[in-house]
Amino acid sequence: MKIFLYPATSLILSDLVERWGHEPLSAALPIRERIQTAGFESPPLQITPDDPKRGLRYAAVEVPSGIRGRMALYGPLIEEAEAAVIITDADLAFGCMGCARTNELILYLIREREIPVLDLTYPKNEEEGVVFVGAIRKFLADLNGGGGE
Amino acid sequence: MNPYVPAFIGTVTKYVFIESPEYTPSDLALRAYEVSEGLMIKETCFGLQVTGSPDEVGRVVTSLRSIDPNHIFVKDRGFPPGDPRRCRANLGGARPGYYGHEFEVSSVIPYVSHGLEVLEGMDEKEFSELEMMPGKPGLRIPDVLDVKRLKELMDAEEL
Repeated sequence: MKIFLYPATSLILSDLVERWGHEPLSAALPIRERIQTAGFESPPLQITPDDPKRGLRYAAVEVPSGIRGRMALYGPLIEEAEAAVIITDADLAFGCMGCARTNELILYLIREREIPVLDLTYPKNEEEGVVFVGAIRKFLADLNGGGGE
Repeated sequence: MNPYVPAFIGTVTKYVFIESPEYTPSDLALRAYEVSEGLMIKETCFGLQVTGSPDEVGRVVTSLRSIDPNHIFVKDRGFPPGDPRRCRANLGGARPGYYGHEFEVSSVIPYVSHGLEVLEGMDEKEFSELEMMPGKPGLRIPDVLDVKRLKELMDAEEL
């Protein structure tokens, strides 16, 4: 199944989802699609003026173009997703490459889809590590109908 | 506007991170060179970047992961290695996205590796009997103190 990850750049989520036989929908996929498509040069991410227009599907026209541009990447992934794993305390989702309002919109759109969602926080000790990994494995196994790996 | 001619069309790039007490990125690189056919492999301080056809990259990554499954982590990358829009050699500073990886690799992955090791020891029946914690994210794990961990605690106490 296709699993949307939040934060979409998370190494850990991407690995664990793939490890247990599902397809992680991470930020790398739409970026790769753009940088491997010929057109006009638009560095650094090949986000062209068309992308904020595509983002209008997810955000209104008065919303800043940065959010609409980002939603052109993440929106189709959310539509494609059959389930989602969310880390709720991921500070790395906000910063020079992230956007707090886009993150809010992403989480809202995931909830709107009414797909199975697993909410987690990053583990802060070994016991929480077991709980974290176990929860993801169990969630993914249940998506398969409880069949495990 | 300048025309944009992409490179490495149809390829995928994967990051292979290693946070292992037993293996280094060089060990991974050696194994990758041994098993790969026609891939571009770049060794880095944290592991490797592997670029090539999706099938071949998948095969090599599976082989690399088998070296130390609980301490090797893999994710997709949008850009090929050394791309001037991302490579720090051209940007002067950490690559965008580096801090996210640094946080996860240094602060979270040791706990995730521990979790993988504990769950590895459980059989399918044992695991399927575990229940999700009501109202809280996560899984209810029985309070079992690992013998190895108990020995470590006893040794630490004696010092």
